[in-house]
Amino acid sequence: MELELSAEQRLFRTTTKSFLEKEFPLERVRGLAERDTGFDREWWARGAELGWTAMLVPEELGGGSISGAGLRDLAIVAEELGRGVAPGPLLATNTVLAGLVAAQQAGPDHAAAIEDLVAGQRIASWAVYEPGGQWDPRHPALIAKATPGGYRLHGVKDRVEAAGQADLFLVTAATGDGVAQFLVPAATAGVVVEPQWSLDLARRFHVVRFDDVEVPASALVGSAGADEVLERQALVALVLQCAETCGGVERVFEFTTQWLFDRFSFGRPLASYQALKHRFADMRTWLEACQATTQAAITAVQDGAADAPELVSVAKSYVGDRAVQIIQDCVQMHGGIGVTWEHDLHLFLRRATVNRSLYGTPEDHRRRLADLAGL
Amino acid sequence: MEDMSTMEDVASFRLRARAWLAENMPRIDPDAAARPPGDDDEEWTKARELQQKLHSGGFAGICFPVAYGGLGLTPAHQEAFTEESLPYQMPLLLNVPTFSICAPTILDMGTEEQKTSRIGAAIRGEEILCQFLSEPSGGSDLAGLITRADRDGDTWVLNGAKTWSTSAYAADWALCLARTDWDAPKHRGLTMFLMPTKAPGVTMNRIRQVNGSTEFCEEFFDDVVLPASAVVGEVNDGWRVASRQLFHERTAVGGGSPYVSGRGDRIASTPASDPLEIARVTGRAGDPAVRERIGAYLTTQKVQEQLVERVSRGIQGGQLPPPAASFMRLLHAEADWERNDIAVQIAGALATTGTGGAVVGVNYLMRQGASLGGGSTEMSRNIISERVLGMPREFAADRDIPFGQVKRARG
Repeated sequence: MELELSAEQRLFRTTTKSFLEKEFPLERVRGLAERDTGFDREWWARGAELGWTAMLVPEELGGGSISGAGLRDLAIVAEELGRGVAPGPLLATNTVLAGLVAAQQAGPDHAAAIEDLVAGQRIASWAVYEPGGQWDPRHPALIAKATPGGYRLHGVKDRVEAAGQADLFLVTAATGDGVAQFLVPAATAGVVVEPQWSLDLARRFHVVRFDDVEVPASALVGSAGADEVLERQALVALVLQCAETCGGVERVFEFTTQWLFDRFSFGRPLASYQALKHRFADMRTWLEACQATTQAAITAVQDGAADAPELVSVAKSYVGDRAVQIIQDCVQMHGGIGVTWEHDLHLFLRRATVNRSLYGTPEDHRRRLADLAGL
Repeated sequence: MEDMSTMEDVASFRLRARAWLAENMPRIDPDAAARPPGDDDEEWTKARELQQKLHSGGFAGICFPVAYGGLGLTPAHQEAFTEESLPYQMPLLLNVPTFSICAPTILDMGTEEQKTSRIGAAIRGEEILCQFLSEPSGGSDLAGLITRADRDGDTWVLNGAKTWSTSAYAADWALCLARTDWDAPKHRGLTMFLMPTKAPGVTMNRIRQVNGSTEFCEEFFDDVVLPASAVVGEVNDGWRVASRQLFHERTAVGGGSPYVSGRGDRIASTPASDPLEIARVTGRAGDPAVRERIGAYLTTQKVQEQLVERVSRGIQGGQLPPPAASFMRLLHAEADWERNDIAVQIAGALATTGTGGAVVGVNYLMRQGASLGGGSTEMSRNIISERVLGMPREFAADRDIPFGQVKRARG
């Protein structure tokens, strides 16, 4: 969380927080395990009304931010989503919006789709991972072949977030001119969506097959070989992911600290044992460091700073690992109850593990940092 | 501080300093080889000479009061002088602890005579100050010290031992904390003394560290006699004086002391291991495992900077409590450990004979230095858990009981 928020940003946080607490208390999140879908479309539309989809979109395309720094405002929502392990395609839809807005000047017009996404009337997701593959957005196996009327897409994507409820997929594809992205309606003939087992109870992932799917030329987003749009999407996805993880680990640390005061053994509170106090001192320090690096990454991406890719990789490399380390240690502090289904810890651990894994693991980002350092 | 109406303004002071520096101070030779640690007597002589130059030119002790030999100017004047001084050789060795810790403590707590004599002589480049605080019998528990000062008529007689005194071998005077009342609880029976480092009865050895540095000293006192005028502050109120010292030390370490002149490393020591350089020199930069370790190193280094920025801002803005400063201390130690671990991992078999950089192995021997120097990380963890998170304080067997009854190791 940023140390200094404006009055408007604080109000935005409060509104988001109370909406989430009312709609998705942890008992309800837990109940999502029994349901096919992670959220209701009507609920998502209400989130959009609060501004969850408008922050990265300029006013002329129907968007608008709280502070003028839209990514920073959006990170507030991500943190609150993380604190409540809430469902919802916040990262998915905003990542697609970031790409559509970045490419808007350079290719076919997607203003209508942007408007619907901002209004919460439609939901979009980035179809970028492929079965069995690791994070490698620049080398899709899915092929887009030019046809007289447009393109024919053939291939398979997986780990597509919220694909069961998405109306639009932003699909990365190989073309003769480099990687291109296409905005493909889920209802297009030849698009088949199948659910996957998902570690996160509230956030679902799907396989999406594209069997010779014909799309018009207007489905192209930007132009082929526009790696900077892919980069922008990745940076936005990563900072939202880190912000969400920070929110979750912060909440886990809070309730675990409280547990240490409340729980007694051998006639004294657990908080009086130096062996445990020292571990909390480490965790508190790492938590502050997670916040520091995440906020620095958000600022860099918001400002379009030249070192934004470096700072985002630093944040993912650090937060990705430290968050799960802190949560696992909090499981240890709870004792046996920490590994039971009835305790909430696993809800947070699921989300943090998913966030660690997607859009490049900490290990991937460390190798990227070596590249960026010119080694 | 001087009367503001007659004080020279910073801009004109800066111009005068610029001209004087160009005329009088030797420029830094960028090609000069770094001296091996422990062989720096000449540098101390040089530092005194440079300080004497500054004094004769009227640019010494910029923020110290005129009454004690300073110029009575503002931190802005000092900062301007420091900026102008960067291309020149400066007596940087005198900044810590003489000017940034010892002299300000004497200024806060000393008698008129102590202030005039000691601060004046330091500003003139005639004397160097050091601290006799830590003792071999206890590390983190400074106030539990057992060096004794017994009253004998008008004098005090000191017996005991001190250790980890930074560059004491080069110093003339030391601020020495000793126990003067064994019936009082530990913090209330201490007195601070100004002691000549070469007083009869003082035996000083240089401590040789595993990396070859002999920057620290240890001292033994056998019936060292000091006059009553050696007491700094009040008898049995030495902890208050020591607290000022620790405050000035933290300020200096944080880069906020107005008494520091010039900028740069105090002592040219072994350079820190650079994992990127080691990867290049050893030809291992192409190994993905090595690249991943490099990325981990780059991550922690950057996060450390980001944490310092955030925590400093948070403490200043009141969003974080002052003890949150210990987050920085803890992460600094972790970052230093990691740097040394990664350096050894990348150097691999080459660390044994130093092929491709001998510093890797030697620095690794000093790995724990980062979590020991300036207070151990275990103390930082106590501070964070107790004063940031509000957890119960550790049991102290010596709280509120006469120090003479406190159990301690014998022999």
